[in-house]
Amino acid sequence: MIDLTEKTLDPEKITAKVRRDSNGAVVTFLGTTRDNFEGKTVLTLEYEAFDEMAVKKLEEVRQELMAEFGLEHIAISHRIGTVGIGEISLVIAVGSPHRKEGFNACQKAVDRIKEVVPIWKKEVYQDGSRWVACEDHEFSPADQHSTKSHPTRER
Amino acid sequence: MELNVRLYALYRERAGGSIVSVTLPDGATVADLTDEIRRQIPNLAPPEVKVVVAVNTDYADSDMILQQSDDVCLIPPVSGG
Repeated sequence: MIDLTEKTLDPEKITAKVRRDSNGAVVTFLGTTRDNFEGKTVLTLEYEAFDEMAVKKLEEVRQELMAEFGLEHIAISHRIGTVGIGEISLVIAVGSPHRKEGFNACQKAVDRIKEVVPIWKKEVYQDGSRWVACEDHEFSPADQHSTKSHPTRER
Repeated sequence: MELNVRLYALYRERAGGSIVSVTLPDGATVADLTDEIRRQIPNLAPPEVKVVVAVNTDYADSDMILQQSDDVCLIPPVSGG
């Protein structure tokens, strides 16, 4: 039910994993790569992962959500490597007897994945690149006495 | 003990390499490790930023005691999804 892969993600196949006659709802989320950031054109994205720990954390998130929402069927696939603009980098599929838990679990799944899974996304522009959530806090000697807090993750 | 710490993403780029070797006394903690790495790589992260460490594929508290056999790596702010 967990997959970390460089291959193109197939939402139909991943959604099919959570279909059961006992489920009245299937909620699927697709995370797709956006072509812009603060007015800059993004050419492509590169995803890096600590593979073993990323798979482990994705499974932990899955277990956590199944327990919290009383669900049995959740599938998560995350793509790594180079992902072109407009392509799918993340698929979460939740099968649920009733839609409320399905929607809630799917939403929380995205949030939790973005908080704990050791995967890093680099945006590549015409004139450079940046690691998302990292380089908004450029290091400089002047920062030595700064009271800036740790950068929060951007959504 | 000598530990070969893996660096990912931005930390790897700032360090100029994917592994940093650190020598620490027995009983050293994760906090000792990050202190030593910061000494070796001063531009790793601003001083007020907490450097997150994973030991054996779990996030580690700073007071965790390290062993020679541990798999250790530094985790920059994550951005999956």
